[in-house]
Amino acid sequence: MKEKKMMLGNAAIARGVWEAGVKVSSAYPGTPSTEISEELVKYPDVYAEWAPNEKVATEVAIGASISGVRSFATMKMVGLNVAADPLYSFSYAGVTGGMVMVVADDPGLYSSQNEQDTRMVCRAAMVPCLEPSDSQEAKDYIKYAYEISEKFDTPVIVRTTTRLAHSQCEVTLEDRVVPDDKVYERNIAKNVMMPAMAKGRHLIVEKRMKDLAEYANTAPFNTIEKGDMTIDGKRIGFITDGIPYQYVKEVCPNASILKLGMCNPLPRKMIEDFAASVDVLYIFEELEPVIEEQVRSWGISCIGKEIFTIQGEYSANMIRERVLKMDLDLDEAPQIPPRPPILCPGCPHRATFSVLKKLRIHAAGDIGCYTLGALAPLSAVDTTICMGSSISSLHGMEKAKGFDYIKNWVAVIGDSTFLHTGVNSLINLFYNQSHGTVLILDNRTTGMTGHQDHPATGKTLSGEIVPAVDFKKLCEGIGIEHVREEDPFDVDALTKAVKEEVNREALSVIIVKAPCALLKGQQHPYVVEPLADKCVHCGACLQPGCPALTKKEDGSIAIDATMCNGCGLCMSMCKVGALQKVKR
Amino acid sequence: MTKNIMIVGVGGQGTLLTSRILGGVMENAGYKVKVSEVHGMAQRGGSVVTFVRYGDSVAEPIVEEGQADVLIAFERLEALRYAHFLKKDGVLIVNDWRIDPISVVMGAQKYPEKIIEKLERKHTVYKINGMEEALRLGNSRVFNNVVLGMAARHMDFSLQEWLDVIEKTVPAKTVEINTKAFMAGYEH
Repeated sequence: MKEKKMMLGNAAIARGVWEAGVKVSSAYPGTPSTEISEELVKYPDVYAEWAPNEKVATEVAIGASISGVRSFATMKMVGLNVAADPLYSFSYAGVTGGMVMVVADDPGLYSSQNEQDTRMVCRAAMVPCLEPSDSQEAKDYIKYAYEISEKFDTPVIVRTTTRLAHSQCEVTLEDRVVPDDKVYERNIAKNVMMPAMAKGRHLIVEKRMKDLAEYANTAPFNTIEKGDMTIDGKRIGFITDGIPYQYVKEVCPNASILKLGMCNPLPRKMIEDFAASVDVLYIFEELEPVIEEQVRSWGISCIGKEIFTIQGEYSANMIRERVLKMDLDLDEAPQIPPRPPILCPGCPHRATFSVLKKLRIHAAGDIGCYTLGALAPLSAVDTTICMGSSISSLHGMEKAKGFDYIKNWVAVIGDSTFLHTGVNSLINLFYNQSHGTVLILDNRTTGMTGHQDHPATGKTLSGEIVPAVDFKKLCEGIGIEHVREEDPFDVDALTKAVKEEVNREALSVIIVKAPCALLKGQQHPYVVEPLADKCVHCGACLQPGCPALTKKEDGSIAIDATMCNGCGLCMSMCKVGALQKVKR
Repeated sequence: MTKNIMIVGVGGQGTLLTSRILGGVMENAGYKVKVSEVHGMAQRGGSVVTFVRYGDSVAEPIVEEGQADVLIAFERLEALRYAHFLKKDGVLIVNDWRIDPISVVMGAQKYPEKIIEKLERKHTVYKINGMEEALRLGNSRVFNNVVLGMAARHMDFSLQEWLDVIEKTVPAKTVEINTKAFMAGYEH
């Protein structure tokens, strides 16, 4: 009997990639896709790496495919925007060895800056999109994806969502099967996308998508479950894909269900036949009405986004209330203080933002834990759009309003994000004579996604120690004259540095360097304790918003020793010496 | 029949470890199991929730409002936040511990008074100060196994089934203290 194992969706994907005989994988971390690479690197005979960004990762996989082996790249959905350039043109070129990308969407916005739907990108880029609904299917569909990739000469996207990526269920394990490498042959009509060749390839891609749509009618992952469920005497049916299929099964196990394992291209004949077999057709898909709009365009009447939402995750209760019209008699959610995510106790970003707040300096922000600096009480970050945008948008502000306007602005960007797409923005500031100040918040890791290495940590995904990118030398190499390093917990020195640099009529970079408080070995050997007799109840220590501190009824301070990291930031805020460090 | 369990708490409290122990116990007992977790931004000190469902077959991986048989809360305010997920006859296990959300730290909002008394009026509630027990054992981090130990008393698995999975799930160096923590809650 084959071994079975509980696996996260992401772990099952990694297993599928390994079983499919993939030899090269490249990725940039992004919730909810990160664990795929972390799991994949544990398997033998597959090279897996962190790339500085998703475009690079995709191009690495493209190169491996052209050389004739099966290759893989993975990212979150906004990462696919960064990788869109190689994707759209590699779609024209097609593969040599099979090439699959897993792209993770985030309905409900658990950890993202927008709620975009990768299925739309797949339509636009003319690549097939498979969509599993649990961990077992996640593994199986990866293997289907490689078959399709090689049979139809196309990159394939497997789309997951947060709920799939981070749910566990039982998966049957199989062996790794490595197909023979394909033989690379020089073929510029296929592999060089210049106008004359691309014209020809566009026609081939159109035909490919038609062939795939035909194949979809009988493909093993598009399935119909015949049911006899009726409402008011009418037979009801659902067309659904991915995780929403599970909600349909939960509530309506006896309904007719067309489960689309491939949501691009759609199996038109199969859908038409299914629609004809029911009286009321529901389209139950999270995010955009991708299936619904196509089905309607074929003259098939259906019910979709007029009763289900575009925003947010779906649920079984949504079907109970909106299809079955059940009164669920649910209690209201209580009106109590919310608990949004916050910077951890001991976080170096808190120290940096305390300085910016004190100096009343606005921060053009970026993507990472430090985005949380937008929230009270720090309220230092004013803008966050996408990876790398802090630096380039600061430049835009100066060109619009002049140097005096940005004297009370800085750009803040994390170490990993800076290497992702910040460095090219910085080159633009140098080239086009900006006078802005950029703070690289160097906490020695990719923090938000759970501590992944990057080119400046000196360690690879597989744990190999390698030479690290030196931020100071990198900035100086660009030609920037004013580059300095500061310790965020030396609040006075950082204050002085920021004041000097924002007022300097020249481009400057401050590398604010202190390791993430959650990295191994970063807990200090002491904790901070309040001295009640010295405390004047001024609340200055509370200003940085450390969650280990609370104000008691009488205005004095309590510090939760189980949470305190011992960083001492609160002590540097206290003017009366009412806080002291004691051994843990 | 599918049973629904929720673990709620504050990011960083270790809800993931608890949901994995729960999932392991149910899997060993021969059930189909689905576990749904929260990773990423929400882990940074925010309100977190994980779901464990088991039975002869399990479709959706989440537990919805009004559906939870057992709600394990690692913090009082989080117990209050998610209590409406309980079935009418559901059981609430609460760690009698307070962590202030940032709005309370800053004095903009008040931490609700008498949460457990309020919850007891509507639900079957079992409370324990897991942190106190864990500190007594010498490691605050094992408080979640104290709470899990108490929850185990209200679920359909034998003590040995729990201990077997704890041994396999927690880091080898911490098996002894985690087992002690679990027993402290179990025998409370």
